[in-house]
Amino acid sequence: MTDQSVTFTLNGQQREAAADPRMHLGDFLRHSLGLTGTHIGCEHGVCGACTVIVDGSPVRSCLMLAVQIDGGTVETVESLGKPGDLSPLQKAFSANHGLQCGFCTPGMLMTLEAFLRTTPAPTEEDVRVAISGNICRCTGYQGIVQAALDTASAKANRT
Amino acid sequence: MSGRLFGAAITRVEDARLLTGTGHYVDDIELPGMLHAAFVRANFAHGRIRSIDKGDALAMPGVVAIYTMDDFADIAQGPMPAMAPHPLLKTPITYHPLSDAEVRHVGEAIAIVLADNRANAEDAAAAVMLDVEYLPAVSDVVLARVANSPTTHSQYASNIAATMKAGFGDCSKVFAKADHVLTEHFDIHRGGCHAMECRGVVANIDLLTDALTISTSSQSPYMVRRHLAAYLKRDENGIRVMTPDVGGGFGPKANVYAEEFAVALAAIKIRRPVKWIEDRQEHFVATTQQRGQIWSLDVAFDNDGRMRAISGHCIHDNGAYAPYGLILPATAIASFPGPYALEALDLTVDVVLTNLVPTSPVRGACRPNVAFLLERLADRIARHLGIDRQDVRQRSFVKADQMPYTTGMKARDGSPISYDSGDYVGALNLVLEKIGASDFETRRKEAKRRGKLRGLGIASCVEDTGLGPFEGASIRVTPAGRVIVATGASSQGQGHRTAFAQIAADALGVELDDVTVETADTAKFPLGISTIASRIAVTAGSSVQLAADKVRAKAITFASHQLEVDEQDLELEAGAVHVKGIPDMKIKLSEIAGALAGSTGVPLPGNMEPDLAATAYFNSNALTFAYGANACEVEIDPETGDIRVVRYVVVHDCGKLINPLIVDGQIRGGVVHGIGNALFERMIYDEQGQPLTTTYGDYLLPMASEMPPIEIHHMETPSPRNPIGVKGAGEGGTIPAAACVISAVEDALGPNGPFISAHPISPQQVVQWLEVAR
Ligand code: FES
Ligand code: FES
Repeated sequence: MTDQSVTFTLNGQQREAAADPRMHLGDFLRHSLGLTGTHIGCEHGVCGACTVIVDGSPVRSCLMLAVQIDGGTVETVESLGKPGDLSPLQKAFSANHGLQCGFCTPGMLMTLEAFLRTTPAPTEEDVRVAISGNICRCTGYQGIVQAALDTASAKANRT
Repeated sequence: MSGRLFGAAITRVEDARLLTGTGHYVDDIELPGMLHAAFVRANFAHGRIRSIDKGDALAMPGVVAIYTMDDFADIAQGPMPAMAPHPLLKTPITYHPLSDAEVRHVGEAIAIVLADNRANAEDAAAAVMLDVEYLPAVSDVVLARVANSPTTHSQYASNIAATMKAGFGDCSKVFAKADHVLTEHFDIHRGGCHAMECRGVVANIDLLTDALTISTSSQSPYMVRRHLAAYLKRDENGIRVMTPDVGGGFGPKANVYAEEFAVALAAIKIRRPVKWIEDRQEHFVATTQQRGQIWSLDVAFDNDGRMRAISGHCIHDNGAYAPYGLILPATAIASFPGPYALEALDLTVDVVLTNLVPTSPVRGACRPNVAFLLERLADRIARHLGIDRQDVRQRSFVKADQMPYTTGMKARDGSPISYDSGDYVGALNLVLEKIGASDFETRRKEAKRRGKLRGLGIASCVEDTGLGPFEGASIRVTPAGRVIVATGASSQGQGHRTAFAQIAADALGVELDDVTVETADTAKFPLGISTIASRIAVTAGSSVQLAADKVRAKAITFASHQLEVDEQDLELEAGAVHVKGIPDMKIKLSEIAGALAGSTGVPLPGNMEPDLAATAYFNSNALTFAYGANACEVEIDPETGDIRVVRYVVVHDCGKLINPLIVDGQIRGGVVHGIGNALFERMIYDEQGQPLTTTYGDYLLPMASEMPPIEIHHMETPSPRNPIGVKGAGEGGTIPAAACVISAVEDALGPNGPFISAHPISPQQVVQWLEVAR
């Protein structure tokens, strides 16, 4: 099939690129645009590794076609902090050992990033439910949950 | 050991990259001219391929080549080498890189399609036509073992690949004298492993030198190099294998896989880089699985609950091939007698082939199976005698004052196995105290008022760690003062870079930031074994310490020449060697490294060996035994059968902790694996060997919403068997976890409930049990 042009906002930048109509957003970000921070763990919408934020909501990029983001806004893990300048959530992941192999991590971060924007003062149960669509085989989840709680309470203390 | 950094719960040096999307996994590799591979895989469990028609597929868009095994005839032929030959396996039962004529499980790779992108390769793979003579398949391991069963491999007369025996003492004598004997049957179900990153390989061929470079998501890059070199009849020197960031391993990635060979062969043939990334559907049918075993055990015990002897038989589901030899059933045998001081043991394991995905170690290998058996038996004895579950254990465990304790079992080289150190009863008592076992009945009553059935479970284990023969490390200080640690030990998220940097930085008096750790690149370190069996802290960690000690000694010798001070008056601190008590009288490590790097025509002081560097190997000749005691509480909804693990407490002793943050992470992740085995993970096949659970909708993994917080307490009994006093920690969380959860469920179901002898268990089953118990 012939490629289709898509125009969208990616991590704050206006982008235009060509996408094969059958290509999913995850592959498009990774292989067409070179943003390999987004990971593919199952390609059937269960593991959450591919989660990115589309128009403010967490979305499984393996279940969305690249052409569907035309006119939309996409945020990926690359939009958070940089190695020398981590975001509060990223710092909290490190402090709480919320990652081991790092494969689920971008999806976890983007899920929680979107969640904390709408739920600034979550309970532990809230956080566990929020990431109940993200599989982590390494951490047992506890460090991830604590990272989200710490980030929320640190923000509450600052404001 | 312990120092500034050794023993400190510092955050990992790996994290910043992995948190910012700048990790580098195998699928992140892009090479010019790279082709993308997809495999044609069998959708039948047993059959003979009469012919393969590639015609239509080759004409499809983007397709560059389609190879079957025959197409590689000019490069290499025949079955892959056995990774771990075993005298009981008369012939190795290994894959061909692509199937020879006979296919033996759904998912076996038959042909490799190369195209300009993966989607086109997959389209073409689906268009390759196979003409197949279907053969009878067998998927049930019990049926596979009987004499007239269809055979998994048509050339064998029987599916029993090997019968393994082990034991000690005189079982018949002890059974005859014991106060009681019970017989129980156990069914431990097959599951998958499911690292979040599937497997993947990129192979590239240097057109000038013909050298092969392979990046693979593997736990065993050196085994890939060694076996590929043997298969290709090339020298190892012409093959470089490295592991990029690996998204979890947990055992299955320790195998050398057919796909690794097939992708390498394809790259050699087409003379272009080739990438293959396993998708999750393939992972369900082509990556090794584990845990399927049927056991029948007799146990002899006394009136006070003391366990005295066990005899038993196991039917081990091996799947269709034995890529890793008999290592898995051997682990089952080696896991006995666990923490129990038995007078006699008599085990027979039939290793049985089925037309299913092969089995190989998954986190814990067969140790969780055996912990399940032993802990279930202990609970069973308590119930039979009407005594406390902990009493059986306290009376039966090896005691602290018996250490080192010779179990009666023999190691592979025939030497007696001995537990080096530990206090198993102490660990159990501590976990009971931490969970508040003494006031558990209050919590049970309170739950009852809410309509819930609450149960307390306990389970202990002993884990052999630090499997030999060795790992090694080299340390080099560059003239810029950077400390470069290189080791063959591959990493899949365990934080090796941090842990090794802690050890090296302490020994050399530098900061963590001054250390770079490079892992698992055959071009950077000559030898490695594998990141399996909770062995890396012991083997590679000790090697880093030994290499750092040598570098330290060398720096001191140099400084002693230069400063004209006795060696014993010198120490390393803040990146320099200085005279004790006179911090200003110093020479920096960078200066020493620069001087030892040599200047034209200038002799080195004291005729020293050049380079501020050293290599060391630690031969782990005797296993070191970690252990743990777990306790958990579950609540069951009697209406729905829903089981929730509400509390989980671990007492664990893995000797000295290099980094408690990392160790706790290993334990928590491990416990969740075990909870998954107990309650969720069930790989189901039909009688024809067709897998029925090949999505995460059908195959359930533990999610955050179902997992409890896990509380950890460490006992730190240093291992006397390595220079840093450590024991492995990678699997200790998993080993007792399924047993612990099942123990709690059984306790919740009450005295009229069943004896639970299988896992995973389901809510439906719980409801049925409750109906029967009513
Ligand atoms: S890759 Fe998208 S949910 Fe798993
Ligand atoms: S950190 Fe490895 S899967 Fe989550």
